[in-house]
Amino acid sequence: MRRVAITGMGVISAIGHDADAFTRALDEGRGGLAPVEGLDDVPRGIPVVGQVRGFDAAARLGRDRLPMLDPFSQFGLAAANEAVAMAGLDIRADPALSQRTACIIGTGGAGICTLQDGFVRLFRDGRHRVNPFSVPRAMGNAACSHVTMVHGITGPSFAVTSACATANHAIGLGFHMVRGGTVDAAVVGGTDALVNFGNLKAWEALRVVARDTCRPFDKNRTGMVVGEGAGVFVLEPWEVAQARGATILAEMIGFGMSADAGDIVNPSVEGAARAVRACLDDAGLGLDDVDHINAHGTATTANDVAEARVIRSVFGDRAGAIPVTSTKSYTGHALGAAGGLELVAAIHAVRSGTIAPTLNVTELDPDCPLDVVVDERRVADVRTVVSNSFAFGGLNAVLAIRRAE
Amino acid sequence: MSTLEDKLFDIVVEKTGLERERLSRDANIKDLEISSLDFVEIVFAVEEEFDIEIPYNANTMDSDFETLGDIIDAVRTEITKQQG
Repeated sequence: MRRVAITGMGVISAIGHDADAFTRALDEGRGGLAPVEGLDDVPRGIPVVGQVRGFDAAARLGRDRLPMLDPFSQFGLAAANEAVAMAGLDIRADPALSQRTACIIGTGGAGICTLQDGFVRLFRDGRHRVNPFSVPRAMGNAACSHVTMVHGITGPSFAVTSACATANHAIGLGFHMVRGGTVDAAVVGGTDALVNFGNLKAWEALRVVARDTCRPFDKNRTGMVVGEGAGVFVLEPWEVAQARGATILAEMIGFGMSADAGDIVNPSVEGAARAVRACLDDAGLGLDDVDHINAHGTATTANDVAEARVIRSVFGDRAGAIPVTSTKSYTGHALGAAGGLELVAAIHAVRSGTIAPTLNVTELDPDCPLDVVVDERRVADVRTVVSNSFAFGGLNAVLAIRRAE
Repeated sequence: MSTLEDKLFDIVVEKTGLERERLSRDANIKDLEISSLDFVEIVFAVEEEFDIEIPYNANTMDSDFETLGDIIDAVRTEITKQQG
């Protein structure tokens, strides 16, 4: 099996519209949760969101392209463009590589903005027509397809969906395809555009949204905060990346998956723990090899306690010695993009030797007995990171990366 | 029994299948084994019935609502607010 290098990353989020801005916000402990902007009406019970603000889609993607792009495709394509540029690859110019490149871009909500706009026209405004491109804008594979078209990727390409674990599933599949030799490059990640009235109403209706803000592992946490964005990566065989002199951001070393087969919203400790163990096995990691965990860390009562139990059940006595952080305290829960945003944070941790603190924590929950990094960023010799995603529906996907060395 | 209480108990029975005899102002929600998802449905039905919004959060349910009486009071407060 081949070693796999991560040679490009791109990100759109509430804390930055590229990887530089994103990691700078992490360094400065600057979160992006704030009241909704730009909507005519804000649902009650949504005090803050992790909204992508001031994103200049025309400047990033070209005005001509926009009519076909739902915001979820805009975010995904912009992140993919950044990742491919960072990798220094011109996929289209090399037909052999093009056919041996995979593109897997997942999404949770897909074109929910486009659907909502259409429904508002039909059912509220009494209009008789919807946007002529409603179907190609809203379809779940739209972001993936646009990335293939822009970059001339002609190999295995599709979208995956598993709610909050989507990006990790997409990234992990691409990793296995590169590692096993099915493809010679993969552009992988997740994207979601979720800050719109109807979707916020839906989250509020489920009664899991925070009253104030996102406080992962805090005793006084009151729930999750809806976020949005995209995180996309370029994966290549290690030797190929090295031979062409690419900057290797990190090595991808493990991917584990599982299904709880339990409850549609309540997480299972046993199911999630199996995904973490599967990831460690896939990477050939022992319990002592993990230096840091980027938690799923949604800040709901149910998730954080369950995740603490997962970590304790997998790592046993060592659990309290592994620094844990939740990037969602910066970005909100970007659902299908969450694992992508968190992988950028994980890569930054191995590259910088620092772990960004979990924001908004005032008092750690004794029911979450973990070494949660709070208050200020921690300098640490971070060689190996595990990044958890445990989705609604009980679908779990866990990634592991190692410092490039 | 007030009409409000009556309506609320109707909703609880419909959503949970609990026997009506077990429901009272003092009945503890945990003892009744009403799941958090059932509770989300109950609150939604109550909001629809009375055309109000109840500030209910599943994350803090245990501390906010202990008994059925707590729900009745919350509904009454919201109705009063709306009329005020």
